Amino acid sequence: MSDTTSLIFGRLGWDALPFWSMLTDHSWLSIINGVIATGAAGMVVLGALAAVILVTWLGKWRYLWSEWLTSPDHKKIGIMFIVIALVMLARAIVEAVFMRAQQAVGLDSGFLTAEHFGQLFTTHGTIMVFFMAMPFLTGIINYVMPLQIGARDLSFPVLNQVSLGLTAAGAALVMISLVLAPFSIGGWTGYPPFTELARNPGAGVDYWIWAVTLSTLSSTLTGVNFAVTIFKKRAPGMTLMRMPLFTWTALCTAILMIFGMPPLTVATGLLALDRYLDFHMFTTDLGGNMMNYVNLFWAFGHPEVYILILPPFGIFSEVFATFSGKRIYGYKILVIATMCIAVLSFTVWLHHFFTMGQSAHINAAFGIATMLIGIPTGVKVYDWMLTMYRGRIRLSVPMVYAIGFIMLFVLGGMTGIILATPSVDYQVHNSLFLVAHFHNMLIPGLLFGMLSATNFWFPKATGFRLEERWGYRAAFCWIIGFMLAFFPLYVLGMMGMPRRSVAYFEPQYVPWMIVAGIGALAILCALLCLLIQLWVSIRDRHTNNVFAGDPWDGRTLEWSTASPPPEYNFPVIPEVHSLDAFMTEKEGGRAWRVPDHYGDIEMPANSVMGVVIGLTSLAMAFGLVWYMWWLVIAAGVITLAAIVGRGFVRHTHRIISADEVRTTHERWLERLRQTAPIDRSREQSTDNHGRAMPPVEGAVQ
Amino acid sequence: MSVSGRIEHFLRQGSRYVLLIPMLLLSGCGSDMPGFMNPQGPIAQAQRHHFWVVIALVMVVVIPVIIQTPLILWRYRYRGHAVYRPKWDMSRWLDIIMWAVPLLIVAILGVYIWRQTHELDPYRSIASDKPPLEIQVVGYDWKWLFIYPDQGIATMGQLVIPADRPIALELTSATVLQSFFIPALGSQIDVMNRMVTKLHLEADHPGRFEGKNMQYNGEGFHHQRFITRAVEDNAFDAFVARTRRQGRPLDQDTYAIIADKGDNRETARALGLDTSDTDAVIRFSQVPEGLFHTIMGGSPIDWSALNVAPPQLGTTRTSVVQTSESDQSSSSESTSAAPESSEPESAESSSPSHERKEAQP
Repeated sequence: MSDTTSLIFGRLGWDALPFWSMLTDHSWLSIINGVIATGAAGMVVLGALAAVILVTWLGKWRYLWSEWLTSPDHKKIGIMFIVIALVMLARAIVEAVFMRAQQAVGLDSGFLTAEHFGQLFTTHGTIMVFFMAMPFLTGIINYVMPLQIGARDLSFPVLNQVSLGLTAAGAALVMISLVLAPFSIGGWTGYPPFTELARNPGAGVDYWIWAVTLSTLSSTLTGVNFAVTIFKKRAPGMTLMRMPLFTWTALCTAILMIFGMPPLTVATGLLALDRYLDFHMFTTDLGGNMMNYVNLFWAFGHPEVYILILPPFGIFSEVFATFSGKRIYGYKILVIATMCIAVLSFTVWLHHFFTMGQSAHINAAFGIATMLIGIPTGVKVYDWMLTMYRGRIRLSVPMVYAIGFIMLFVLGGMTGIILATPSVDYQVHNSLFLVAHFHNMLIPGLLFGMLSATNFWFPKATGFRLEERWGYRAAFCWIIGFMLAFFPLYVLGMMGMPRRSVAYFEPQYVPWMIVAGIGALAILCALLCLLIQLWVSIRDRHTNNVFAGDPWDGRTLEWSTASPPPEYNFPVIPEVHSLDAFMTEKEGGRAWRVPDHYGDIEMPANSVMGVVIGLTSLAMAFGLVWYMWWLVIAAGVITLAAIVGRGFVRHTHRIISADEVRTTHERWLERLRQTAPIDRSREQSTDNHGRAMPPVEGAVQ
Repeated sequence: MSVSGRIEHFLRQGSRYVLLIPMLLLSGCGSDMPGFMNPQGPIAQAQRHHFWVVIALVMVVVIPVIIQTPLILWRYRYRGHAVYRPKWDMSRWLDIIMWAVPLLIVAILGVYIWRQTHELDPYRSIASDKPPLEIQVVGYDWKWLFIYPDQGIATMGQLVIPADRPIALELTSATVLQSFFIPALGSQIDVMNRMVTKLHLEADHPGRFEGKNMQYNGEGFHHQRFITRAVEDNAFDAFVARTRRQGRPLDQDTYAIIADKGDNRETARALGLDTSDTDAVIRFSQVPEGLFHTIMGGSPIDWSALNVAPPQLGTTRTSVVQTSESDQSSSSESTSAAPESSEPESAESSSPSHERKEAQP
């Protein structure tokens, strides 16, 4: 390669194309893997092309630009976060199916190369944690939390755009790595010295480092934004102890993000220094020590677990209360338990490496600390059961996910306590038992929570319900698929099968692996059901319309406004007098009243910052991965210029006049009054336009 | 009434199926199940015990959830006639129970864990009337080197240990992080470059057990396996004698081959050995003085300390005897010692076949 090309393209060469090795090595294994990798790359390229063509064909570029990409509206940013999460979810599930298929036939060999398998488990883990779970919960909080506290937007709308841009850039980088391969094979934890330059000189680890760094930066900023919003922008009268539980968990999550994310940014940053500038932070020589990385990683990693699980706890709290037609049991206890979990989550990181040779004192102390977390968590589970107790339970789709969660999550909790017992952990650490455990927490916990939230708040965001028949099918496929796919892994782990092994040599493993493979197919079915559900719902959007905004007889403020809510959320900021503010209004007959007067509303103006920072950070990361230094420098300069330029922008706000607000609101109220309120038995019928009949205590409804 | 009766019947049936699951699991723990559910040593035995103790204690919290959730769902279903109290949100007694029971369980577990963690600390030597056998383990990319410092020998591919005698392992890695694990015997421990970890294990009786690396370290990760062969004392002596006699010295050239990437079989091939049996033992008759600590310290190995002229054999690769039909091959071993085997070797390979079955797929 000549000097000029290497100056322009860095170390990027033809061999980065996924089919390149297939052309030189004609063994059937190489060809199969080449075909799979090329197919995946083709999907990325075709998917991107299809999106571009579709938008052009619909003539929606201007709409996309002004209404979405540059919009500072927390609701739209939240939806965009969720779209990223769903795209990445689809990819990571397909990867999981490939891994399960490989292991189902993996006695002695299988059809995937070890390198390919390594990339699959690394991208699967990285995507699921950083580009599925994080954007999904960030999106849900982004959408719901300001509505729940009666705010018009987050405290820092432009920062919110930047967060979205950074996450999108990270996700795009992981997608690009399919086309210009390879990705890292070091696992989502990326432990050095395996990920050091000496051992893994390729571009893969660098892809991983920069994708994760972008994601952690995004989440830190998001955490700041959420925390400040909850502290500063609550509606008058909404004291901390009147906040809905979902907002409480959002607050705890935000605090965990602020303190939990930077350790990983630092860890990947130091690893990058090792790899790019010959530092020796985590190398084996010249004073480096990989244990520092492991501690930093899990100082992030354990709070991260609770970043992922607390928002679902909040979601389930709302879902249980709403669909039991009843107050949440033990609100104060649940708040205390949430806070306990958030604080304790910083004290247990060492249980991720009991086997690293610490003294028994340390291991025992961290083991016991870990079990302490089980107490508030167990209390929460009982609180949810007591919320249903003496209620009127409607088994809606969000509720099916919630029930699946409560029954499966306790099993995961039990295996968590097993893993927290150091003497037993010495047996099951690094095994499929561990893999089964954290999937048992994250699928019934996080993912069911997110899907429950999607089914719950989708009508709020779009103005029409998600179709229930396919919703139930998806939910049951998820529950059954999860059980089939992961319960066998517990047994395999007890039989000593290590995680991340492409093949194995024990014939006893085979039947369990085949069951797990069938489970993966069921999960693929679940994904399909979700897509069909979305399609059917959009097709039937007019009949399932719930414009009045309260399809589930909701309890909190977000249900008091129109569906979809206006840009400014509330025509007049509501005043809060109790917990379950909207329910209290409905019971007192004070809901949907015409306010005394309307005022002008100041909303943040559109800004290109999110798009600019997203693009420059993607360019910089891409340049760093392939050593295209001109691109890195250019991206850095543009970023700096954009930030400075932003300081000169004077029109950061725009005013929505009181008249406009009044017209919109009065028109909505008028339509609402003409809508017949329905009781809960017709909740899933086309009669439901989002106006609920007032509940009567003791009545059999 | 008939509906609820049917439901009750269904629930009763359901609970029977719920009980079936652990029974299925237990039946999976039959005699051919590898791992610690079928323990072959005191450590794994204790770990299996802890496993079930923890499950039993946690079940106190878990079982009510699993049983009561469906009951609540049925009783308070939307069209049911049970009491409806939409504003009921607090009960002091329930709260006290809710906090007290898990607290109590964690308190019991805490005491239990504190004790057991100390008792089963992998650094703690196992009480026995026999002195422990010291073995040094070095992890390479996709294979392990077992050094017997007191015997002055080393092996790869098989870790041969005397049964019913504690084994004291010191471990380090010549490459990246790995985790050394013999599931049937007990704990795993991380193996790190420039660091030493310790592990104590013991096998109750003769047998063959799978050993593996649990921490992913690259393409050959799943090949980083070895057979642990626990043998009677006299068979162990025979093994040592035979290794001294038939092995090749671990000299500079040999070490360079070991340090290369590759699994046991690839190393054996590079050493010019027969590779028909993947589980075969590679024997080294001599090891440089302090090799383990030199690797651990990262300093260059002093090859002059190695006497490179053992009396029996030269140092050429072809002179290394690697007879797969005598003691390495499991099939011949289980029937009888091969005819050309001398007396000590047949003693070494005379472990009864029924014990071997347990770790032998």
